[in-house]
Amino acid sequence: MEDKNMQSLDNSKKNKATIIVHSGDMDKIYSALIVGNGALSMGMEVSLYFTFWGLQRLKKGGLDKGPLSKMHMFGLGKMMIKKRMNKANVASLDKMITDFKELGGKILACDMTMEIMGVKPEDLRQDLIDDYCAVGTYIQEAMESSMTLFI
Amino acid sequence: MAEIKVDVKGQTCPVPLVECRKALRKAAAGDIVEIEGTHPTSKKEIPMAVKALGYKIISIDEEGNTWKIKICKV
Repeated sequence: MEDKNMQSLDNSKKNKATIIVHSGDMDKIYSALIVGNGALSMGMEVSLYFTFWGLQRLKKGGLDKGPLSKMHMFGLGKMMIKKRMNKANVASLDKMITDFKELGGKILACDMTMEIMGVKPEDLRQDLIDDYCAVGTYIQEAMESSMTLFI
Repeated sequence: MAEIKVDVKGQTCPVPLVECRKALRKAAAGDIVEIEGTHPTSKKEIPMAVKALGYKIISIDEEGNTWKIKICKV
């Protein structure tokens, strides 16, 4: 029933967001997942392309291991921000990525980054990854999208 | 027709929106989803999402800091 609704929306306008996750910084991973989950919640399709430093966050146990993009201060800044996030009851990255998948979001891993950085599929959270791909897949999905972001 | 209750009191962005969507996905046609929360912006944004999804808002109530939105999955 829901799919039927979605299809009628699709026909009226492009209803898809594609996001390149290039940064592995903790705050930017939050941005990508918050925007992605928001878009899914409002009925869009969403693909996240993890590449370069972003791909490192798909390593097993690596999701929240990124530094802050500013004021990291050897981990002190990150510790302070995490404390404030806890106080404000902000959801963990782990919950956000689990929700992202539950709402039908797609996660794609850049295979060139894997080659350059010597990352093997077994190093990554294969339970999260829908596909391994290159720029052609991104462009093709971006052409069908009304929103595309580079984070 | 079932009535599904979702409690997101104390939760902040994007959890109320996400939990609302999760409940609506699981609901069957005609079911009512009642979501209760305290995050002020979500009171404005959940109706935006409901409109984008093509579902129907039945009521929006507020008491103190807590709001309650009833949605019908049409």
